[in-house]
Amino acid sequence: MNEQFPSLSLVPKADAPQSAKEFKTDQEVRWCPGCGDYAILAAVQSFMPELGIKRENTVFVSGIGCSSRFPYYMNTYGVHSIHGRAPAIATGLASSRQDLSVWVVTGDGDALSIGGNHLIHALRRNVNLKILLFNNRIYGLTKGQYSPTSELGKITKSTPMGSLDAPFNPLSLAIGAEASFVARTIDSDRQHLQSVLRAAAQHEGTALVEIYQNCNIFNDGAFEVLKEPGTRDEALIRLEHGQPVRFGADGGNGVFRGPDGELFTAAVTPENEAALLVHDAHAASPATAFALSRIADADTLHHTPIGVLRDVKRPVYDELMASQLATAAAHRGPGDLATLLAGNDTWTVD
Amino acid sequence: MTSQVDQSEAVDGSDGDEGRSGPGEGRSGPTAPAGPTGPDAPQPGRVKPIRRLDRVIIRFAGDSGDGMQLTGDRFTSETASFGNDLSTLPNFPAEIRAPAGTLPGVSSFQLHFADHDILTPGDAPNVLVAMNPAALKANVPDLPRGAEIIVNTDEFTKRALAKVGYAADPLADGSLEAYHLHKVPLTTLTLEALKDSGLARKDAERAKNMFALGLLSWMYHRPTHGTETFLRGKFAKKPQIAEANIIAFRAGWNFGETTESFAVSYEVAPAKLPAGRYRNISGNLALSYGLIAASRRSGLPLYLGSYPITPASDILHELSKHKNFGVRTFQAEDEIAGIGAALGAAFGGALGVTTTSGPGIALKSETIGLAVSLELPLLIVDIQRGGPSTGLPTKTEQADLLQAMFGRNGEAPVPIVAPATPAECFDAALEAARIAVTYRTPVFLLSDGYLANGSEPWRIPEVGELPAIDPDFAAGPNREDGAFWPYQRDPQTLARPWALPGTPGLEHRIGGIEKQDGTGNISYDPANHDFMVRTRQAKVDGITVPPVEVDDPSGEARVLVLGWGSTYGPITAAVRRVRADGGEIAQAHLRHLNPFPANLGTVLRSYDKVIVPEMNLGQLALLVRAKYLVDAESYNQVRGLPFKAAQLADVLWAAIGTLDEEDHR
Repeated sequence: MNEQFPSLSLVPKADAPQSAKEFKTDQEVRWCPGCGDYAILAAVQSFMPELGIKRENTVFVSGIGCSSRFPYYMNTYGVHSIHGRAPAIATGLASSRQDLSVWVVTGDGDALSIGGNHLIHALRRNVNLKILLFNNRIYGLTKGQYSPTSELGKITKSTPMGSLDAPFNPLSLAIGAEASFVARTIDSDRQHLQSVLRAAAQHEGTALVEIYQNCNIFNDGAFEVLKEPGTRDEALIRLEHGQPVRFGADGGNGVFRGPDGELFTAAVTPENEAALLVHDAHAASPATAFALSRIADADTLHHTPIGVLRDVKRPVYDELMASQLATAAAHRGPGDLATLLAGNDTWTVD
Repeated sequence: MTSQVDQSEAVDGSDGDEGRSGPGEGRSGPTAPAGPTGPDAPQPGRVKPIRRLDRVIIRFAGDSGDGMQLTGDRFTSETASFGNDLSTLPNFPAEIRAPAGTLPGVSSFQLHFADHDILTPGDAPNVLVAMNPAALKANVPDLPRGAEIIVNTDEFTKRALAKVGYAADPLADGSLEAYHLHKVPLTTLTLEALKDSGLARKDAERAKNMFALGLLSWMYHRPTHGTETFLRGKFAKKPQIAEANIIAFRAGWNFGETTESFAVSYEVAPAKLPAGRYRNISGNLALSYGLIAASRRSGLPLYLGSYPITPASDILHELSKHKNFGVRTFQAEDEIAGIGAALGAAFGGALGVTTTSGPGIALKSETIGLAVSLELPLLIVDIQRGGPSTGLPTKTEQADLLQAMFGRNGEAPVPIVAPATPAECFDAALEAARIAVTYRTPVFLLSDGYLANGSEPWRIPEVGELPAIDPDFAAGPNREDGAFWPYQRDPQTLARPWALPGTPGLEHRIGGIEKQDGTGNISYDPANHDFMVRTRQAKVDGITVPPVEVDDPSGEARVLVLGWGSTYGPITAAVRRVRADGGEIAQAHLRHLNPFPANLGTVLRSYDKVIVPEMNLGQLALLVRAKYLVDAESYNQVRGLPFKAAQLADVLWAAIGTLDEEDHR
């Protein structure tokens, strides 16, 4: 049993402490200079030793896009697959090998456009997968078309007069798809990123981690308001389970629930302080997590919550699958091929 | 008088022919009924005379809700346990319950059984059981003169007749004079038999198919014990329904024995098949068992990723029952996820399998290409059906050959195996697994709707005689410096190492991007890409497959008939007919379509003419013409139904005739 990471209880433990360096490969990293992916890679590489599992029992699976080159740079087992299909491929791997820690690396186009179907079904099945969704709100590898998270009216190469598509809210989508773990973090905040990775790794079942990631070539500064020292305190809401939801300089602002059940933000006063929303990531109902996922202003990104929005216990697909096999073997024996082939109606020709 | 093929009509019997003079579209036209020569003497315990036949073709037809498939299945099981050789053809609409009493709603089940080895479900039925006017109207055109028709007269109401466009009652207007008509009020008789059962009329009426089965079981001396056991098991939770069905079944049997309408019954002696233990098996069941056997013989856990589709779903159903064999079945959100999960499991060391039909293959194409690039073992089972698009979901066709060969972007060769009969689906699954595991490659298994649902006796193999498959996983570094190269190939097979996650020191990354020979690292180098494309092709071209066997008994034939897949039965039956009539014809049948057997070119060039019958517009013909520069001639049919033996015999005779004419010029 892995006490800190129950989701890894069947994964063999490492013989000795590991270092971030062991998780680096000899491959030249080929993202554009200044890309947010570098920061995420470094954060993941330095986080992995914390899991305390054998490196060879770790697998990274990706689809297509800039983010999906990630496995080449992780000195673990890895599959760089095809566009949108990583959750499906990882589902087959994770549901047949409970002794592996399986991670999916994907992007907003890969996961939410061409692979949207696989993402929602992985979430509802609750396979033991950790999905890192790098959201840069643009198509990078195909050189700058709008993505399913790009804002309405965005001017890109394929939308010279502005995009006509209303964007997806990835966290709302995930919660709607019955996700048992939903979180958001930011590429440039290593400490926060790793804290979210830790929570995701602890979670039993599918974990979706949206990582706001800057594409400095095609969508530079998309999340600047969340990073800039002058604006970030006002713009970011850092969620912590069991804590009142406060933000702004010195926590001067907070999130409240109105009489109609809707969430709203307001300055915290001695009068309303007791009414502050207390974040409950483990709430059985997804309603408040859903409301939090939509509290940010879509245009300005003000009041963007980061951290773990939802983390609930639900039966895990691969465990259920393994348990059906064990039950069948216990009730009917391990299966005799000769008996199976013969069936019940045979005759003999001499 | 009867049209049924009795001993006097059979071809000498030594070659076990399908019966060239059998009823049907024989080239000499419908056969006149022959006088009975078999012993008509009553047997002890039987009051009526018994006639011996060498083979019979029966077709059960009714509404899609009438239970015709079940009736056919039961008659087949009785026949199998009796020891006849047999072949079946279920034929049903895609709709689960098409409007009752209409022509599109007719479902039928044809069974051919014999005292010798047979190859097809038969060209034309000797006996038609028609449960309603629609079933009669839809099937009468297939009957030869003199065939027996058993109709349920209760269903021949004015309204039912009008529904299918009968202006007058065909049972009364003389239009069926060419046939031997048995008018049986099946519904009334069933209700009468069940009047004390306490069942509601509607429930009692539903047992009429068992009444019909009982009657046919009497007519052909089928054992009845198996059906009674089956019914008790099927309705174990509803003993009243089980009893009612058994009563109806027995009543049907007794009706045959006592009524004057049925003057004789028939015997078809057990067939002299090769010694061994037999069972009856359908193609999809044989394929499922072949997959489990391949899992056991390789030690690889079976992982099926699949999305429901006709006519492949039965494999998903079957495999999901065998979890105690360590079989994992994953019903995916779509076809793409089905193969994706199977490929992911293969990366983890499972025997990954995906099952589908043509439309599913189209969706899986990109992932098949990925499997080609990753060089991982994967089985892609395509139960072909009529196309294009949704096409004919419940009907058979073999038009996915070129899709399997070429239906991917880039140069993406995939080996193809194709079983020839329902029972051969078992061997094909093992063979596909052998190739996939040995050569680290996706492999196509092309079955079709006819093989999937058709059934035949199968000599049950001993587990020990099944081929063993060695996964030969990579256990350690393969470079002198202690490195592991995921694309360092075996010099013989060109297969790359299969290194499973969890193996220390072999951590590696593979993907769909072109990779450097050996290291597997990303490479856009022109010469490397050229080399890798040629190497992947050479690996598939170099797969060891057995030579194609040619059946040319006299060695004098000038025409070769070449087939693949499920056309084996009708082609072989046609070849027997031609030979029985004194014709010289050679036959070869392909079980491996990529790569072709090494001797195929030589074989094709040894004949003056090559005929290729296919249930498509000439896909194999196109391939052999391109590869071997032989003037192979196509004969095609895409009717959603298998060829008929008589039809193909005509084609073969015509080919022989053309050659003779050319000689005289």
